[in-house]
This record gives sequence, C-alpha cells and structure tokens, in this order.
Amino acid sequence: MSTATSNQNIATRPGPVGLAVHCKGVTKHFGKGDSKVLALRGVDLDIKYGELMMLVGPSGCGKTTLISVIAGILDRDAGECTVFGADFANLSGGARTKWRGANIGFVFQQFNLLPTLTAAENVAVPLMILGEGRHAAVKRAYDVLATVGLADRGKSLPSQLSGGQQQRVAIARALIHQPRLIVCDEPTSALDAVTGHTVMRLLKGVAMAQDRALVIVTHDARIFGFADRVASMNDGSVVSVGTPAELEAVHRH
Amino acid sequence: MNFVALKMLVGDRGKYFGIVLGIAFAAMLITQQSSIFVGLMTRTFGFITDTGYPDIWVMDPKVQFIDDTKPMQDIRLYRVRGVEGVRSAVPLYKGILRARLPNGTFQNCNVIGLDDATLTGGPPKMIQGEIAYLRRADGVIVDKVGAEGRLARPVLDDQGKPVLDEQGKPLPPIPLKVGDVLEINDKRAIVVGICQVQRTFQSQPVIYTTYSRAINFAPRERRLMSFICVDAATNANDPQTPEAKAANIQALCDRIEQRTGLLALPGKAFSWKTVMYFIKFTGIPINFGIAVVLGFLVGTAIAGQTFYQFTSDNIKQFGAIKAMGTSNSRLLGMIVLQAVVVGLVGYGLGIGAAAGFGYITKGSELAFRLLPETLLVTGVAIALICVLASMLALVKVVRVEPAIVFK
Ligand SMILES: Nc1ncnc2c1ncn2[C@@H]1O[C@H](COP(=O)(O)OP(=O)(O)OP(=O)(O)O)[C@@H](O)[C@H]1O
Ligand SMILES: [Mg+2]
Repeated sequence: MSTATSNQNIATRPGPVGLAVHCKGVTKHFGKGDSKVLALRGVDLDIKYGELMMLVGPSGCGKTTLISVIAGILDRDAGECTVFGADFANLSGGARTKWRGANIGFVFQQFNLLPTLTAAENVAVPLMILGEGRHAAVKRAYDVLATVGLADRGKSLPSQLSGGQQQRVAIARALIHQPRLIVCDEPTSALDAVTGHTVMRLLKGVAMAQDRALVIVTHDARIFGFADRVASMNDGSVVSVGTPAELEAVHRH
Repeated sequence: MNFVALKMLVGDRGKYFGIVLGIAFAAMLITQQSSIFVGLMTRTFGFITDTGYPDIWVMDPKVQFIDDTKPMQDIRLYRVRGVEGVRSAVPLYKGILRARLPNGTFQNCNVIGLDDATLTGGPPKMIQGEIAYLRRADGVIVDKVGAEGRLARPVLDDQGKPVLDEQGKPLPPIPLKVGDVLEINDKRAIVVGICQVQRTFQSQPVIYTTYSRAINFAPRERRLMSFICVDAATNANDPQTPEAKAANIQALCDRIEQRTGLLALPGKAFSWKTVMYFIKFTGIPINFGIAVVLGFLVGTAIAGQTFYQFTSDNIKQFGAIKAMGTSNSRLLGMIVLQAVVVGLVGYGLGIGAAAGFGYITKGSELAFRLLPETLLVTGVAIALICVLASMLALVKVVRVEPAIVFK
C-alpha cells in the first residue's frame, strides 16, 4: 500500500516501517550559464522514524536547499528522494501541495507568522488549509498552544509576543495537524541562547514521536546536543553523519 | 482560508483603507463626473421636458436642437391638423425678445407663447398664480430664477447710486413680482404669476405668455410659429403596450412628414436629437469623457498599485501558506475575495460620496443627475479595476516559490 497520495490521520496511517526520509544522489542547481550554482551535488541522507536529525555546515553549503527538496517545495534535478515512501516527483502540483499540507510541518527562522492573525489563529492555519472550520480549528489551536506553554497568549498578535514566544507559536503551528515530518530552518538563530535552549527542549519534548521525524537545520553548535544524529554538509553534499558526541570528537581532533 | 484572506486584508488597517480609498475615489469620480454630464445633457432639453412631452413635435426640417428655432408660417398648423391620426395640434412660440424693466434697463428674455385656447405646454410648476391667469390682459408668467436674478431691480437712490447697507454692501435687488409691469418690445406686459422651470443652457429669464400675445410682442414677420405640438388620436381598439404605442406615434410622425414636408419627432426623439447636437458640436462631452477616463485611470493606478503593494508586502506570508499546503487555486480564491471586498466597500463609499455630493448640491445651479445606469457603469468600471489589480497580484502570488519561506 502506498502512502503517496493519502492524507489520512495518524490513527490509520501505517506505522514506522522503513525510512522516514531517503535521499540518494540528490542534485539541484540554480540559475544557468555563468551564474549557475550547483547547490546540491549528490546528497545521500537517510532519516529514521522517531529521529531528530540536525543538518549543519558552513553558509551556502546547501542545507536550506536540501530541506526544501525533502519538504517538496523545491524540485530536485536528479537522484532519489522519498518521504514516507512517497516521491514528490510522481505527484502532480496539486497533489503535492495537498500532501505537503497534511504531512509536513514547518518552523522557520523568521517565524513567518501572519502578522494580522492572533497567535491562536496562526496556529490554526494548517487545519484550515486542510479544510477544518475556523472555530473548530481555533479551539484546537488553544490546546496545542497550551502544550508549548502559551495557553494564555492565544489572543495576542505576533507583534505583541517576544521572539521566543513567536517561535513557540510557530512550533504549535507546525504540530497542530500532527504531520509526520517536521522541518525547521535555523529555529533558534533569531533567539538568544537561553530562549533557544527552551525552544529546543520544547521542540524535542512535544514534537518527537515514534512515527515522526524531525529535521533541523542549524548553525548553532550550542544545540547540537539535542540531536539524535547530526549530518554535516559541505559544498552541496553530506560529508558525514554521526551522533553529536561523534561530531564533537571529530571537531576536537 | 477565506477567513485568513479577510484577516490578512483588513488586519492591516492602513493599507486596507489605502486600497479602499483608491477605489472609492475612482468610483466617486466616475459617478460624479458622469452624473454632472448626464445632468448637463438633461438641461439641454429641459424645455422639452417642461413642455410635458406632447406626443409629437413638428418643426422646420432644418432645426437641429430645441433652441434652434426656424419659424414656420401659421398655415402649416392647419396642414398638420389635417393629417389623419392627429387629435390636436397647437402652435408654440419660442424666441428671444428684449424686455424693458420698470427701471428702464433692458434684458433679453426667452419668451414662450402657448396656444391661446388650451394653454398646453405651460411651465411644470407654478410658485405664484396660475397658468390660466395668462388669459388676463397683457398677462405673462416669469420664472423664479429670472425674477430674482436678471429681472430683479437694484435698489438705487435719487442719484441712481446703489443704496448700501450697514456693512457697505449694496442692498439685494428687489425681485420682479406679481403685478409688476414690464415692456417687451415696447409692448406692455404685466406679471400674473411666478413659475419654476428646469435650468437649460439658455441663461435668459423665461417668460410664458399666450401664443397670440407672443407674436404680438415679436417683431412683425411672416413666419413666427416655432413648433407645432401634436397629440395623437387614440382609440379604444389600439394596442396598449408601450412598444405598440411608440410604433403608432412613429407611424404618425412619418405621415406628418410625408404630408407636410416638416420634421416630426416624438418628444423623446427630439430630446435625443438635442443631446446629440450638443455632444457633436460642443466640447462638453469630450471634457467630461476625459474626466471619467481620468477617474478610471487614477483609480486603477491607486487601487492597482496599493493592492499590488499589499500582495508584495505579504508575499512571504503567501509563500508560507503555500508551503503549508495551500493550492494555487485556493490562493486565487483568497485574492479574488480580497479584491471583491475592497471593490464592494470602495464602490459603496464612492457612489455614496457621489450621491452625497448630489444631495448637497441639490437645488443649486449645478447639474447633477444620478441615473441607475451610471451606477451600473461605475460598477463595471470598478469591477474592471479590481480584476486588473488582482490579476497583477495573482501573477505575483502564483509565481512565488514556496521556498521563499526559508529565505
Ligand atoms: N533561489 C536561488 N537562486 C540562486 N541560487 C540559490 C538560490 N537558493 C540558493 N542558492 C544558492 O545555492 C547555494 C546553497 O544555498 P542554501 O540556501 O541551500 O545554503 P545554506 O546552507 O542554507 O546557507 P545558509 O547557512 O547561509 O542558510 C548557495 O550558493 C546559494 O547562493
Ligand atoms: Mg539556509
């Protein structure tokens, strides 16, 4: 049975068999002619169910490009890439958008909350995208806001919240529709160290589940410890994958 | 997602008002300028309307519009009366004559002579006196604006200097009133009533009198009759639908033209002929056309620009909801909804403002006539503005790579 086009809820979806994410030889370029950039030069990366994978590497090495390909918001040039067994390349534009809406949660560096919506309404957006009515969605949003410790800020506008609070709202938004893959691009780099730690603890605490995977792109060495494994990228490829301890050992030598 | 679209739109008050005001401005300008245009055009045939639309106006074939009188011999009247299907045909005099006011000054007046027997085609509204008073010796009825304006008598002292009030301003002139005597072409006329007429392009005071008195006032000439007003005979067997009636009238017009060699037009057609003359031979329509087009362009520019700006400013938000699984067709729906909302609100405010303007200037000299058709035209224009603006925005949103959200 293929999960490719399904967006069934967790209760009925298949358990963790195989890999959550499987990438092999993924390439991606931008531009053409003289300005052509090879952003990904054959990326191999597997992410297991229940795993928190961090992507690290120097600026411009292709981390954002890679998670964009994995999340189905960028097309790869070549190579294999399946997410829960589904390959976006096989899906039409509409089906892919729908699949993404049901299965992937996003956390962005700049939070990307809608400034004119309240915190609760922002959190409710993914449910509304999936067709849930506004009232039910906002009601559910309050429950999820409670899990990130913002039960009493549901009516606040993003501009009335601190950076850390906004990122927690964004995490609640990434979780509300119970997606199986959550991708985060630099979720802590706009936050101070203490807030970043709080957000990571929260993310790990509320987001991790046996049938779910998390990919977090980061520069922030202080949060490596939260990862199950860390993939180091350089110049468009993944050069090593290991536990945080292994990574640290490599760096020490 | 409609909720999200609306909240995105109205949540940013400043921009929302900017867009709405742009559209409201366009709607107001288009409606207002069109209404003034319609108002002015209505004035061109104000006299035809005042005369009460006799079924048919008969005139010299060279007449181009209502104020362009080409006198006919009285004998024509009898010819017209002889045409089968004519129930009544009465003469009408319309001409500019010189009146001498009680204080000795002269003023050109638009003198209307009504059929002595029936007095048909009189002023639409009497303020003082009755139309029937025209039967009194030398009786004339003067229009209110003329009586209070050009026919009014300035207050002068013995030396002929204006009398001043405490603030040093001349006292207001005394309006011409019932009982006052004036001379029209050296012939005595006495005011027996004050009436109200529609404003026309002729600024002279309007003086109503009987046909025979009018031609007595006028310089001696062989031809004096300006128009023949004809009512068609009806009989109980005639079909009664408006179309059938119009066809009957048209058939009678054709018959009159055939038998008399004169021009015969139904009242509405004569009004149109007059309007078309003004449209063809004066710069008025072009000037207003330009104002209407300008309103449209300015509105499109402002509304399009602000709406496009709104979308551009929110492009990352659109990208985010696109990344989170909103399809292009859904985004289209959201933008159309936003455009419809600003369009409707802007349209409402705009035509409201235009109607308010019309209400405030009601009864003033300003020509303003707001037709339902004008509202429709404005609506279409605003819809077009919204379509243009949202298409610009849409191209932007559909093109946006959801990957922008990571930037
Ligand atoms: N839309 C684009 N058009 C052209 N080039 C791009 C585009 N997006 C990324 N690139 C290029 O691709 C390469 C990889 O970019 P990417 O954003 O994936 O790097 P990154 O590892 O996320 O960097 P950072 O840590 O600075 O966010 C870079 O050289 C970048 O300039
Ligand atoms: Mg990046």
